[in-house]
Amino acid sequence: MDLAFFSGALLFLFLATLHYLLYLVYQNPVVPRVARYALYLAFVCQTLFFSTRLVKGGMPFGTNMYESLVFFSWCIVLSYLLVTVRYRVPVIGAFVMPIALILSTAAAFLPQKGIEDIPPALKSYWLPIHVTLCFMGDALFAMAFGAAIMYLIQEKNLKRKKPGALYYSLPSLEVLDTVSYRALTIGFPFLTLGIITGSIWAQYAWGSYWQWDPKETWSLITWLIYAALLHARLTVGWRGRKAAWFAIVGFLAVLFTFLGVNLILSGLHSYN
Amino acid sequence: MDILIVGLSHKTAPVAVREKIAFEGETMGDGLKTLLEYPHIAEALIVSTCNRVEIYGTAVRKEVEGAREDIASFLSTFHDVSRRDIDPHLYSLSGDEAVKHIFRVTASLDSMMVGEPQILGQVKDAYTCAAQAQATGNILNRLLHKAFSVAKRIRTETRIATSAVSISFAAVELARKIFGELDGKTVMLIGAGEMAELAARHLLNNGVEHIIVANRTYDRAVSLAEEFGGSAIHFDDLEQQMELADIVISSTGAPTTIIGKKMVQGVIKRRRHRPMFFIDIAVPRDIEAAVNEVENVYAYDIDDLEGVVQANIKAREKEAAKAEEIVHQEVAQFRDWMSTREAFPTIVKLREWAEDIRKSELEKTLRKLNGLEDADRKRIEAMTEAILNKILHRPIAQVKRASHSKRGGGDLVEIMRKLFELDD
Repeated sequence: MDLAFFSGALLFLFLATLHYLLYLVYQNPVVPRVARYALYLAFVCQTLFFSTRLVKGGMPFGTNMYESLVFFSWCIVLSYLLVTVRYRVPVIGAFVMPIALILSTAAAFLPQKGIEDIPPALKSYWLPIHVTLCFMGDALFAMAFGAAIMYLIQEKNLKRKKPGALYYSLPSLEVLDTVSYRALTIGFPFLTLGIITGSIWAQYAWGSYWQWDPKETWSLITWLIYAALLHARLTVGWRGRKAAWFAIVGFLAVLFTFLGVNLILSGLHSYN
Repeated sequence: MDILIVGLSHKTAPVAVREKIAFEGETMGDGLKTLLEYPHIAEALIVSTCNRVEIYGTAVRKEVEGAREDIASFLSTFHDVSRRDIDPHLYSLSGDEAVKHIFRVTASLDSMMVGEPQILGQVKDAYTCAAQAQATGNILNRLLHKAFSVAKRIRTETRIATSAVSISFAAVELARKIFGELDGKTVMLIGAGEMAELAARHLLNNGVEHIIVANRTYDRAVSLAEEFGGSAIHFDDLEQQMELADIVISSTGAPTTIIGKKMVQGVIKRRRHRPMFFIDIAVPRDIEAAVNEVENVYAYDIDDLEGVVQANIKAREKEAAKAEEIVHQEVAQFRDWMSTREAFPTIVKLREWAEDIRKSELEKTLRKLNGLEDADRKRIEAMTEAILNKILHRPIAQVKRASHSKRGGGDLVEIMRKLFELDD
């Protein structure tokens, strides 16, 4: 049952992404509406996916790579839906939804789709709290990343003084910079709390708050990048291009912390 | 009944000819009344703008040729111009071509400046006038309403009218792409000049709230500031005041540049890197080209703006191709409506005729049958209905199908009327 919901989510996510990309070319107002409804359905399917797994028993997220990928994708969809309530710029979907789609598609190719038994030491309410906080933070950073890329494209259009690709479809620099900044200011506390709860949980499970395992180290690096960016924005009034590049670098660090560490390095956080 | 257009436009006639046969508010009503008195004209509508004079009409009994001649001679006699003067410039279209033309005109695809917004209003006014004069009937009503909805569809589904095609509007649009909403923004106007003032005015009309005016002669600055409802500053305070401005329009007669990269770097720092937009309308230029290299600063000179306008025009042309596709679809739909409209009364008549036979025969038979249960009676009735529907289904489907085809169902409808003697 849960796998059927997963397939449904994947299908609707694909439809939504396709329509967001189409909207870059076709201004037809029906296109983003179709995209949004497809996204609602994708979100419902994903939510049902986790609900059925929860009912089946066990912690449904974060116990293996498959669930983590789907959960990250769910968080991205959720944060996109939330951010676009405030900022009605569906074009952002064209830059953020592909990330969610790639994550979900990657999950589809993973052989292990079952519910894992987790070591008894890790069975705790801290697991869902820690995982949700981290992934919601990461999802908001994905939003900041998408807006930053759009900013760089639009800023290049304006600097070159030739309305090039996407000049007409992309929103104003002001909106893009604000969305990127807002996503950051909301995402950062999530990541901070995610790291803190992780370390409390580590104290319970392993008897130590911090062990410099690769995941922990890279989370800290990510946190420092975003902290520096927020600091520069607040104190020196950093904005625009520099801030956009920083948001992109920050998200690359997020991806490495999430995927790179698991694939290349090994440690306490790596799944079997 | 067939739709036709006779008229001339900026594409076929010089203004000297167009103005001779133009209609104004008062002459329009008289014109429509006179036109309807011609023998082949069933419905009529006059569109008269500075770029075109066109008469849309429907011909009585499909006599398009006669109607065409009627309109041409109406134009000549009503305006007292000789046929020789106008005939070479007149074009005439009928059927699908006419429908397509009306859709294209209303959607501003046939305009001198493709996508300009006025034409839709002008056609709407012309329609209101004709409807009030009771010069339009079923077909033109339907056609014009369709034309308005096609125009709206094109406006929402393509970007045909969204980009600026004049320099001063291009400046407003660029400002929007940088700042988003312009509410609460401040513009600084340095020097004076028609185009600079026009750009400033457009900005103020689009949300910009404050204007600061600087001029070499302070009195000139004061009077201009008064005109705009802004404040005047001394030319020496320019650099110091510049940090207040989000948008700077410069148009002085200075022989060398007055705003340099260094100066702007200082200003932007004092503004805490909030973006700035410089518009240089002066020739020779007031603003160093290198100003554009400063982070969060966008500096456009007159050539840059012209370049943006050219790109916008190209983009509009691309969008026009999408719009033509929409017109194409809608013309086909309208053709369907027109042909079904022809076939429909015949189909209804055939049904009525057959239904009458069924009812009377049924009654005769039922009267002779005694002791029937109610249920049996209903069953027999249902059977006669089924037989009728099954037999009629094929001819009706054929006529409908033919009427949606390119050639139309006219011939088949004619045959059907003859075969079943449906004409009274």
